Amino acid sequence: MSRWSENTVEDSPVAVGRPTASTEKILRSASELAGSPKKFATTNVNFWYGTHHALHDITLHVPENCVTALIGPSGCGKSTYLRCLNRMNDMIEQTRVEGQILLDGLDIRGPKVDVVDLRKRVGMVFQKSNPFPKSIFENIAYGPRVAGLKSRDRLEQIVERSLVQAALWDEVKDRLNDSALALSGGQQQRLCIARALATDPDVLLMDEPASALDPTSTLRIEDLIFELKENYTIVIVTHNMQQAARVSDQTAFFYEGHLIEAGVTNEVFTNPSKQETEDYITGRFG
Amino acid sequence: MTNLAAEQELMARYRQRKRLLSKLFGAVCLMAMISCVAILAFLLISVLWRGFDYLGWDLIRNLPSRSAAKAGIWVYLIGSLWLIGLTTLFAVPLGVGAALYLEEYAAESRWKRIVQLNIANLAGVPSIVYGLLGLGIFVYILNLGQSILAGALTLTLVVLPIVILASQEALRAVPGSIRQASYALGATRWQTTWRQVLPAAMPGIMTGVILAVSRALGEAAPLVAMGAVQYVDRAPTSVWDTFSALPLAIFYWAMHSKPEFHDLAAAAIIVLLVVLISLNMVAAFVRYRFGKKVRW
Repeated sequence: MSRWSENTVEDSPVAVGRPTASTEKILRSASELAGSPKKFATTNVNFWYGTHHALHDITLHVPENCVTALIGPSGCGKSTYLRCLNRMNDMIEQTRVEGQILLDGLDIRGPKVDVVDLRKRVGMVFQKSNPFPKSIFENIAYGPRVAGLKSRDRLEQIVERSLVQAALWDEVKDRLNDSALALSGGQQQRLCIARALATDPDVLLMDEPASALDPTSTLRIEDLIFELKENYTIVIVTHNMQQAARVSDQTAFFYEGHLIEAGVTNEVFTNPSKQETEDYITGRFG
Repeated sequence: MTNLAAEQELMARYRQRKRLLSKLFGAVCLMAMISCVAILAFLLISVLWRGFDYLGWDLIRNLPSRSAAKAGIWVYLIGSLWLIGLTTLFAVPLGVGAALYLEEYAAESRWKRIVQLNIANLAGVPSIVYGLLGLGIFVYILNLGQSILAGALTLTLVVLPIVILASQEALRAVPGSIRQASYALGATRWQTTWRQVLPAAMPGIMTGVILAVSRALGEAAPLVAMGAVQYVDRAPTSVWDTFSALPLAIFYWAMHSKPEFHDLAAAAIIVLLVVLISLNMVAAFVRYRFGKKVRW
């Protein structure tokens, strides 16, 4: 209930006024979704924090070049699921994962997969923007640098390309050597998106990327998601139902570690097949 | 008088007493602070007063002598500088390395908790115990003799827990989100530690190191225990030379049978304090300079 009222503040885009481009935003249709290749195919994924069984038999496909939104109340497992996709949960001690997670048909936990390569292909943006305490340039260049890229010219190209993609270039092009921490909250989050794009990933995982931002910055991030899905597969965790409805093509509803329902966003929101889903999206709980 | 009025008067009196108590407590705290400062000021002034006549270039330059008027601290000062230089050289890589392992690499386990507890305990062990350990291990078993090397290794034992604990503290203060961001970009643990965590923790680590160096500079007990000599006739030139140090000179002079040596000891204390305060100022400066770049 409290979350719902929190969200209504962010969810008044009418008052802010949407950019005109938004009218062109068209979500992918059911047939398009069905026709897209599966970027991620997860089958019977179970996850434990110690003895706590956090995910129960999650079977979900993430179609390529689409936005998949994971929604559900706090503690429902949506972030845990997201973090399974780039194996960030590996860093948490005493966790266990079972089941199959295929990226382009390849098991990401298989012996052939190096977790470092996986994370280059599957970028991540966190809830709280977390720029490194370095310059804007060094923030973006970090991914390519740790991958071994040394050429200054190439790095400069990548930094410019990534910042342009993240719609931040015009605001920062004259101060690339300034500290990233001097940017505003919304700019920092776009910087983090640019940083994730710099390693040229296929997939972008976003864990409530706009929950700490003001409505204007939130809109900019949402617009950005629309543009990015042409080239990237995006999975976004959000507490904000309107946001899920606005930006995602596919929506998956998690509740208490179970995947209750997943489908075309329009369907899930207008005609949910499960009672829990309807209760949640109409604000009866959560 | 009604009940209510009586109650109100009682409460008013209570409040007044509280206010008085609060003022009293403030006064007691102020007294505590003043006595601390006063004791320190008294010590400083008496040391300055007694040692003032001996201060000068002769004090710094001269070799030890039987006559207090001709005696200087040159060999002790150089001995001390050798000691803290070598101690830093040994203690920093070892201490920071151990802290990095414990914070960034070691998994949570009983073994880690035991090690952690012991490091904290070691920081509280009296330094003379380390002196005896140094005598046993470095002087006799490793046969280094009463050399600067043996002295520096002994002092390394003394300050190592301080360096480890301060470095751990600094590493822990680096937000986890920085590590997560680095890993999520495909960095390895080594890259994350070396390029993000260590630079961010640098101001804290430097502060701990300089504190440790100050400690090493002021220690006399472990050096006495390991058998550092009182009298050397020339400044050491290699790590194998026998040595003495400033705190030792102060210790022996203060117990000297001729009273003029007591004033000489006071002069040596002033020099030691100047070196210590300069080190602490360097620490403050380093923290300020590095710290400016890192804000969370």
